[in-house]
Amino acid sequence: MIKIGNRAIREILGFLLIYLLLAVVFEILNPGFWSTQIVLSMAVQLPELGLLTLAMFIPIVSGGLNLANTILANICGIVLAWFLVGYAGGEAPLIVVVFACLLALTIGFAFGAAMGTIVAYFGIHPIMVTLSMMIFLQGLGEFITRGGDISGLASNFQFLGYGTVIGVPIPLAVFVAASIICHLFMAKTPLGFTIYMIGSNIRASEFSGLATKRALIWIYAASGVLCAVAGIIMTARFNSVRVGHGESYLLISVLACFLGAVHPFGGFGRVSSVFLAVLILQLVSSGLNGLGANQHLSTALWGALLVLVMILRWALIRLSSSRL
Amino acid sequence: MGKFVRLGVAEKSLLVVILLQVIVIQSLSNQFLTSNNLMSILNVSSLNIIFAVGLLVVLLAGGIDISFAVACSVVQYVTASLMVSIGGGNWAIAVFSGVAVGVILSWINAGIIMKFRIVSIVVTIATFNIYFGLLMFFTRGTSIYNLPAWWTDRLILWEHQSEKGVWTELTLPVVVMFFAVIATWLLLARTNLGRQIYAFGDSLLAAERVGIDITRTYLIAYGWLGLMVGIGAIVQVHYAQEVVPNALYGRELDVLAAAVLGGARLGGGSGSVLGVVLGVLVITITQSGLNLVGASPYAYRMIVGAVILMAIVGYSRPFSSLLAKGLRKFGSGS
Amino acid sequence: MVNHSDQPCLVPLVQLQNISVRFEGVKALDGVEFSLEAGEIHCLAGENGSGKSTLIKVMTGVYKPTPDGKILVEGEHVDEMTPLEARAVKIGTIWQDLALFPHMTVYENIAITQILGNNPKIVNLKNLRSIAHDALSKLGVDIPLEEKVGSLPISQRQLVAIARALAQDCRVLIMDEANASLTHAETLKLTEIVRRLSERGISIVFVSHRLAEVLEISHRVTVLRDGRLVGVFPTQGMTQSRLSELMTGRTFANQSPRVRRANTEVVLQVVGCSRRGEFDDVCLSLQRGEILGFTGLLGAGRTELALTLFGMKRPDSGKLLLNGKRLRLRSNIEAISSGIAYLSEDRLQLGLVQEQSIASNIVAASLKSAMLGPFLSGRTLADIVSSWVRELKIKIGNAEDAINTLSGGNQQRAAIAKWLATNPQVLILDAPTVGVDVGARASIFRIVANLAKSGMSIIIISDEVPEVYFNCDRVLHFSSGKIKGEYFPQDCTVSDLERAVYG
Repeated sequence: MIKIGNRAIREILGFLLIYLLLAVVFEILNPGFWSTQIVLSMAVQLPELGLLTLAMFIPIVSGGLNLANTILANICGIVLAWFLVGYAGGEAPLIVVVFACLLALTIGFAFGAAMGTIVAYFGIHPIMVTLSMMIFLQGLGEFITRGGDISGLASNFQFLGYGTVIGVPIPLAVFVAASIICHLFMAKTPLGFTIYMIGSNIRASEFSGLATKRALIWIYAASGVLCAVAGIIMTARFNSVRVGHGESYLLISVLACFLGAVHPFGGFGRVSSVFLAVLILQLVSSGLNGLGANQHLSTALWGALLVLVMILRWALIRLSSSRL
Repeated sequence: MGKFVRLGVAEKSLLVVILLQVIVIQSLSNQFLTSNNLMSILNVSSLNIIFAVGLLVVLLAGGIDISFAVACSVVQYVTASLMVSIGGGNWAIAVFSGVAVGVILSWINAGIIMKFRIVSIVVTIATFNIYFGLLMFFTRGTSIYNLPAWWTDRLILWEHQSEKGVWTELTLPVVVMFFAVIATWLLLARTNLGRQIYAFGDSLLAAERVGIDITRTYLIAYGWLGLMVGIGAIVQVHYAQEVVPNALYGRELDVLAAAVLGGARLGGGSGSVLGVVLGVLVITITQSGLNLVGASPYAYRMIVGAVILMAIVGYSRPFSSLLAKGLRKFGSGS
Repeated sequence: MVNHSDQPCLVPLVQLQNISVRFEGVKALDGVEFSLEAGEIHCLAGENGSGKSTLIKVMTGVYKPTPDGKILVEGEHVDEMTPLEARAVKIGTIWQDLALFPHMTVYENIAITQILGNNPKIVNLKNLRSIAHDALSKLGVDIPLEEKVGSLPISQRQLVAIARALAQDCRVLIMDEANASLTHAETLKLTEIVRRLSERGISIVFVSHRLAEVLEISHRVTVLRDGRLVGVFPTQGMTQSRLSELMTGRTFANQSPRVRRANTEVVLQVVGCSRRGEFDDVCLSLQRGEILGFTGLLGAGRTELALTLFGMKRPDSGKLLLNGKRLRLRSNIEAISSGIAYLSEDRLQLGLVQEQSIASNIVAASLKSAMLGPFLSGRTLADIVSSWVRELKIKIGNAEDAINTLSGGNQQRAAIAKWLATNPQVLILDAPTVGVDVGARASIFRIVANLAKSGMSIIIISDEVPEVYFNCDRVLHFSSGKIKGEYFPQDCTVSDLERAVYG
């Protein structure tokens, strides 16, 4: 059961402090960094990383991992684009766009639920299942797109990537809404409760009468739906989609979860902290871009950051246990 | 069990699959069962098999590694640069340097995993990006072509010309692959170190009780993968005649897929050398078959993915007990 | 000092001095002393959770004692005991949890020492097989050498573990409940081997539940209770009742069985239930307000039957009736909602989610009663927790603390609270006092007695015979999956029951 206690508030304040610090650092390194433009570009990019991080968060809390998250997002985008382009080309009635989005969501749900079912009923480790699914989906994507990309989508679909609702960019609104739903789901529903318990000890959870198999299916289905939402937004923003698009998000979404103090073996983690961790990483990403950092150097940096965060976690635990 | 003689579920299924593949492809294209094609399948598979037996050792110890393919590229680049800078070098220096760099990169993974108690998949996702990012940054993505002649000259250990004039050649990678397989099998099945790796992956608790040095075992397992990466790197350069920094990007998935197909399981306890070799062969034959039959090359990875998904389900205990139950029911019903 | 052999021994072979072990702040051992003479059979006695296994793990280097403790081998101080060091000084162990490698063959498990060692060498498989063959024939059993250990039944696995210890050339052999799942004949064979080893000058540390056996074969006995040393006693002149008093700190002389109760209506009925390899044609009935005991050896099918009643296993044949109605359980969720609760024997792995909070663990089985629309009501959950904490007098700091910060007794009460919150008709308690200190045990049985008085039907499963004898209205003796006998504590003595169970 997750309750917002003192510890949660301290954690949130800590993250805000890190954010401010980084914000200042980037402004010093790159005077004029903070502008309306950078804020807007962050607001547009943030949701993709954010949604994929949530899609990673739920499995990690349950003690698993979803290595297929970016590829599944691609697949959902590909199917959606393939349907839209095939049906209507540059113009499509609203109802078709809605239908295409529903199709993408269904695809995400179905592949997620399939992974969950394999994990639940065949007892195979999530790393194996999601990795195998990742290979399959990569292949499926290559097969559908013939190794190329699909572009030129309907303009009223692109609205999802660029439009605003009362001044808020739609992707950002979607991400915030998804975070709130995710928080309610994890903290306030029996299923969320079960997911935390599963993360600590799945067999003891089963012995307590929690529906662990059903929960596992829902964990990956929910993760799949979040991937689909991310895929829809990515497709809309780029007006094109291909396999491997946004591959680097796999690493960064894992990083965001661990930076957000999610327990690496599952059982603990808050949506609020993960949300703030995503904000921080987006700031780092935009900051590096602003400094004109080499793309490959950034990749290496993300990797190093992941190791660093894990080592820091290890050190903190050592420190707190030696104080006892 | 690391034994050739006793076949597990994975090995048996794969042998059947290979047989079926051969029959189907041969009947469709009539070009499959030619010595040329068979040898080319071995040639194409050799690097993957070298990687796969190395990865098997890590999987048996309960770990996983997805960084080894890009690590191999790093090894190639470092070694090639070294050879160019010392004005040529020779096989001995190249192999030594390749193995050293390969083992070091692999031990970086093992060290972080053991020292800081981080899950191996997370560590190797990170080092995958670190190795690849730094490699691309420092090389700016440029390839090396002006390699010393001793390295790129084709070494043909056996050749044969058919009546139609087609050459069949036994090349260096295949020979090295053969030795890598035998050595790994010896390590796993016949040496105390290999059996300790196996025991460690089988039951961590029991391994601690009987006094297996866990850090050391882990270093040996990852070290063996590093060794295979180093050797594979040198052989691959010889085969490809060039060093392209991102040539092996993504190769880790093919190899992992093959290992899983071969019955290796995450978390240790099962998997055999023969299994992963057959796993690689099934994947290569699939690819070659699609080519010969003239199917869309884009279907290749999808088929491989589907096969792996079926394999992990099929090898799982719940599935086999379900199957056994179904067969019993069927047997008692009729 | 007992001088059972002819040579005078000046220095004990193994000596443990002032050994303390802490787990997350909880003391598992507290200043314990232990000494072992060459060639003696030394029994380590104590109830479940008294620290016997922990002491053994200190002796073999699996656990590190706090720095003020000392380990001496032949009078020489061992700086740091490790499993490797233990092997070097020739201490061999048969572990309670066996510690075998399930995917490896029988012969590799038995001849494991041949595989160990840091210097690379080729393993001589022929040699391994002959070592394994010899060890097994010493035991007089025949187990296929090429079989994977994981596919053997539990009693054969235990024999493999024993053979592994015998295959090592050791001076000290530690046997932690080595015969827990062995039949009478197998145990006799083992006792004979132990005697022979002792005559050859090998020291044996023997841990067993079976008091009669302990007194019969050992020279001295060290008694532990709640992680502390009670004392070291020669077995000559020791009686079973005296030993159990020392172990439990209670005198059973003052304790009497429960008062005979009048028959009430039957709540749960098991009719001819069987599960292949686990239990066979079991028939029993449980009345309202009755406390029924299941006892028997490890692997006798008690827990498997309980799991069947709890819906986690399905019987191959036979049926279950609850209040006269046929019960078809597809999962434990259905069992819980029909009013059957099961407290697991393995509190660490299955009974509680150790890392999670006290509150989460208590409400885990009764979330349904706290729903507010699609959401969980935080207030209702908090009410459930606080009312049960009060009711069962669970000593806690903050309900949000992890449950592993509680003592064994309080953890067990929290686990009982979890099941009481589901409002069960039938409560199955599997080894409810494992890892619970002596003082807290009595209060757990008081809770159980009160529940029975209020009309709940209770099944207590335990391999500690006095525990079921003194706390149940009726006791069923299980052996190899069958009910071998039914006992009413008012009509028999503890020893009658113990004789029946341990043979």
